[in-house]
Amino acid sequence: MICQECQQRPATLHFTKIVNGEKTEFHICEHCAREKGELIPGTSGGFSIHNLLSGLMDFDAGNKAKVAGTPAQQLQCPECGMTYVQFRKLGRFGCSSCYQTFDRQLDPMLKRVHGSTAHSGKLPARAGEQIKVRRQVNELRQQMQQRIAEEEFEQAAQLRDQIRELDKQISQES
Amino acid sequence: MPNLRFTEKPLSEWMQKGGDYSDVVISSRVRIARNLVHQPFPIIASTEQAQQVRERLTAALQDEGVQAQGPFEPLVLDELDDVDKEVLMEKHLISPNLINDSRAGAVLLAENESVSIMINEEDHLRIQCLYPGFQLEEAWQRATAIDDAFERVVDYAFDDRRGYLTSCPTNLGTGLRASVMLHLPALAIMNQIGRILSAVSQVGLAVRGLYGEGSEALGNIFQISNQITLGLSEQEIIDNLHSVVMQIIEYEQHARSRLLDESRLRITDRIMRSYGILSYATMMDAKEAFQRISDVRLGVDLGLIDRASAGQMNELLIMTQPGFLQKTFGVKMGSGERDKYRAQMIRDTLSDVHVAD
Ligand SMILES: [Zn+2]
Ligand SMILES: [Zn+2]
Repeated sequence: MICQECQQRPATLHFTKIVNGEKTEFHICEHCAREKGELIPGTSGGFSIHNLLSGLMDFDAGNKAKVAGTPAQQLQCPECGMTYVQFRKLGRFGCSSCYQTFDRQLDPMLKRVHGSTAHSGKLPARAGEQIKVRRQVNELRQQMQQRIAEEEFEQAAQLRDQIRELDKQISQES
Repeated sequence: MPNLRFTEKPLSEWMQKGGDYSDVVISSRVRIARNLVHQPFPIIASTEQAQQVRERLTAALQDEGVQAQGPFEPLVLDELDDVDKEVLMEKHLISPNLINDSRAGAVLLAENESVSIMINEEDHLRIQCLYPGFQLEEAWQRATAIDDAFERVVDYAFDDRRGYLTSCPTNLGTGLRASVMLHLPALAIMNQIGRILSAVSQVGLAVRGLYGEGSEALGNIFQISNQITLGLSEQEIIDNLHSVVMQIIEYEQHARSRLLDESRLRITDRIMRSYGILSYATMMDAKEAFQRISDVRLGVDLGLIDRASAGQMNELLIMTQPGFLQKTFGVKMGSGERDKYRAQMIRDTLSDVHVAD
């Protein structure tokens, strides 16, 4: 795809801007992105990928804020103190807890950037063991609920015992 | 005084060996971003906190498992002078970000320079493996083994749903950035580069000219990398990039054989002129140097010239950059003088005269 600004260089930045519910797609090269900084939400002149990201987050949050919950502008990370406004400026998080703090604002942006919101790659070996067990427990719980709903109580009880066993394992390790 | 052997040679001997498809692929790189749990990310960490992270991570070098992956030599950024930092950057062992924006920055280097581990860059830990030629899978296997070794001794910031937590959400999940550096002169000569590269950017990969501003690719060198780090497994990311690069290699090889078939005389003339100019010019700016080096490298790969080698051309790409020139000649230089020294460096390299001692 060719850059829609200069019609010369390949477009390497692709994003969607929504203004008043109207969606516009952008396909531009880095050179033009830098020159036409004002095109990109959340920037004024100077362009960086971080500005672009926080811009994406900003208008998504804007739409959501009207619905319910704490307005995004008032969120602050309890661990590192980063505020939503700071994140918008930096485009980067301050600590791992920021991911919980700004969780509600994150999904739409991750979807645009990665096309997905959940990790499906490597697990750390040590912490990963526990995560695997926890995932297994969640799965068994769902199965158990289903058995109960189908009134197959004997199988449900077996699943309950398995879950107890795994829970014990988790609490011993942590 | 830190050990400076890393800044004295442009390429380790190991890097000159080539690797698969080394006529088109200059190098393959894999980078993994990791952070320590309960430590603020470098962007907001205080100097003391950043120093703690550095100490924690350099202490991990004492662990047997980590040692088995190395040995790694730690270089503290504040203890290096500016020229050495620039040379390490020109060799792609550290990033501009580590030089300019890092507090308590450091790099752990493997003896043969195939591994560089940056501390306190945008993330606490960035494990980078740089292999010659097309060796993405090998680079990934090495990087993930080093990652495992560190994970045995430090606690990473990891979330069930989001994966490895990174300072910038563009690296979230796998924290994996894989990239391949390609030399595509025949596609450039035949004006096909735009078409192919724009196709590449449509399948979730990023393309950039490696040298020069914006997307102007000096020396016909392009870097192709994954943009998506979340929602795909590491293996999927590596395999996607691998298969796209494989196709580009085929296009480039096809374009090269067409060049030979259809305009052998013209392309030979172009290559020999460039070789002549590199051999005798007394001033050479960076832009011209990149183009002429690209021509001669193409000549070597097509078997049209036997006076130069591909390894020599790889070396020149790095040796003709500002930091390396200053390091070699030991003088501070303005851009006019730099063009003089650059021409001298090229002449000496092509006539195989040792300039360093
Ligand atoms: Zn453009
Ligand atoms: Zn935080």
